[in-house]
Amino acid sequence: MIDFDTWQEIFETLRRNKLRTALTGFAVAWGIFMLIVLLGSGQGLAHGIEYQFRDDAVNSIWVSGGQTTKPYKGLQPGRQIQFENADYDEVTSRVPGVEHASARFWVFGNQQVNYRNEWGSFTIRSVHPGHQVIERTKVIAGRYINQLDIEHFRKVVVLGDLVADALFHDEPAIGEEIRINNVAFKVVGVFDDEGSDSERELIYLPISTAQRAFSGRNRVNQILYTTGDADLPESETMAERTRLILAVNHTFDPEDQRAIFLRNNVEQFQRFVGLMAGIRVFIWIVGIGTLIAGVVGVSNIMLVAVKERTREIGIRKAIGATPRSVIGLVLKESILITAVAGYLGLVLGVAVLEGVSRILPAEAEFFRNPQVDLRTALAATAVLIVAGAVAGYFPARRAALVQPVTALREE
Amino acid sequence: MIRVRNLHKSYWMGSNRLHVLKGIDLDIGAGELLSIMGASGSGKSTLMNILGLLDHSDEGSYQLDGEEMKDLSEKRAALLRSRFVGFVFQSFHLIPFKTAAENVALPLFYQGVPRRKRNRTAEEYLDRVGLADRAGHLPRELSGGQQQRVAIARALVTAPKVLLADEPTGALDSQTSYEILKVLQDVQAEGVAVVIITHERDIAGMTDRIIHLVDGTIDWDRRIQRHDPVAEIGAAAPSELDVIAASAAAVAERGGGEDVGAARE
Repeated sequence: MIDFDTWQEIFETLRRNKLRTALTGFAVAWGIFMLIVLLGSGQGLAHGIEYQFRDDAVNSIWVSGGQTTKPYKGLQPGRQIQFENADYDEVTSRVPGVEHASARFWVFGNQQVNYRNEWGSFTIRSVHPGHQVIERTKVIAGRYINQLDIEHFRKVVVLGDLVADALFHDEPAIGEEIRINNVAFKVVGVFDDEGSDSERELIYLPISTAQRAFSGRNRVNQILYTTGDADLPESETMAERTRLILAVNHTFDPEDQRAIFLRNNVEQFQRFVGLMAGIRVFIWIVGIGTLIAGVVGVSNIMLVAVKERTREIGIRKAIGATPRSVIGLVLKESILITAVAGYLGLVLGVAVLEGVSRILPAEAEFFRNPQVDLRTALAATAVLIVAGAVAGYFPARRAALVQPVTALREE
Repeated sequence: MIRVRNLHKSYWMGSNRLHVLKGIDLDIGAGELLSIMGASGSGKSTLMNILGLLDHSDEGSYQLDGEEMKDLSEKRAALLRSRFVGFVFQSFHLIPFKTAAENVALPLFYQGVPRRKRNRTAEEYLDRVGLADRAGHLPRELSGGQQQRVAIARALVTAPKVLLADEPTGALDSQTSYEILKVLQDVQAEGVAVVIITHERDIAGMTDRIIHLVDGTIDWDRRIQRHDPVAEIGAAAPSELDVIAASAAAVAERGGGEDVGAARE
């Protein structure tokens, strides 16, 4: 009953001092709002960068043949380097740490594909089973290429969902036979890919089958593998080993940067991770700066408010308020304002972030899905509430302990 | 009710010690109506603050209702204040953002009285000072005399034993002052001891006893015949003449030939 009364007294005081209440509330709400928007934007940037890497495994190394630019062991520059199945076997067996691997044999140009009377023109990609992980292919029906397909040169295909749509419409595709350049293949799976639409218009074939069907003999154009949980230096060692194996097999200078093209995604990803860490630190510095500005604002207003109320406090003391009740009054007021305003700022900030992520085009590349960790937001609000309370406490205590006479003399 | 012996109080103004009260002896009975007079700086406000437990003495003894008021904690002082003493100030000291009724009810809030009862009591007391119809007004919407009556209602709402009024008429014109004095006389009639600090002789003449302070000591302390404030309104303040007479008598009794006391003003 008494406590309810105290709160009623506080609400009344706040209601009758609208300007002070509004100013304090604004300082707090603004601080929290800015912090939320900042942190959310940082998250948006981070998500944007993650999105850049959504397509392929971030821990992968990709090698493809190039053209030599340096003379080596009596050989002229300008030679094309063409990988073969043996290179793939050697790289996957002799480079330590290779997790999932695949080679690609390029079937150039679009191929005429039909299922009964439905025709289409699509790109073929021939792979090993490990390709599924490297490309992050999601099989949505049936299965992916497996090792038996490779070993037995099976004429099977896995269709991108757009291909399946074009040929089969709503009919089930699994188990049906399609024709590629009039050669029959059996559909064993349908997949989806998070990358661009062109990824979903692909047809996957076992690499061995493709080499046979498209007169590739034992040629390989690209070798790719994931590096497991290798860190950056380890992945660099793996890339070097790969380069050396290929250099020996094809007699080129390992220093020749154009003989083969080697892309280490781990390195790229690590660079972005470093960039993100930098952005995060920056955002936190700005955020903490904002928070400090808010704390200073709240403290200032509380100081002035208590100063302004010295006489009121004197009156309250003269008519029987204890020092404790005076401090309690100021503190509860301060906590109430900062808590309510902080919550408002929090809600407003989250609403703005939500609004922004709604407005953002779905294919936005660098800024996606801004959001904020609720615990961080609550912690920031708590910091402001405590700061407001501390800022109110000291002047309130001084005012409460001052002799009422002195307090009453203040004008 | 109040018993003061050899009371001393000094203030420090930078490095200068200002000896304000230099050994006051004073007894005030229950239900007395008296005034404390003196020039500015004579120590009358300080004496009132100590009597009202708003300030503490350096030396000497002060008993309130038989209890020694020494080394009180802030909390205990607040409790005793709220139980025994009501205050009325020259500048009213109402809380500006609270209505008349809320101001009057506030002391009861600090006594933990439930809201409903608080509001009922506050209205009752506002009615007693003739302001029942102004209960919902803010202080700035009231005249000076009305504000002071609200302050008196607030001082009385806890049913104190002593009402201390520090220059209660200092900010009011004489007619309003007399009305306030009438209210204070009515309060005394109900058994509350009323101590009025004033430097106005006409006001002092409406009390039963005058204590005159000079430089922190009691110069003289005499009983007089109280005047009726209502009769004084518009008159040539005969109460003032009585006070001058009392002053002269006191000086004559003491045998001092010089022009002291009330004439000093």
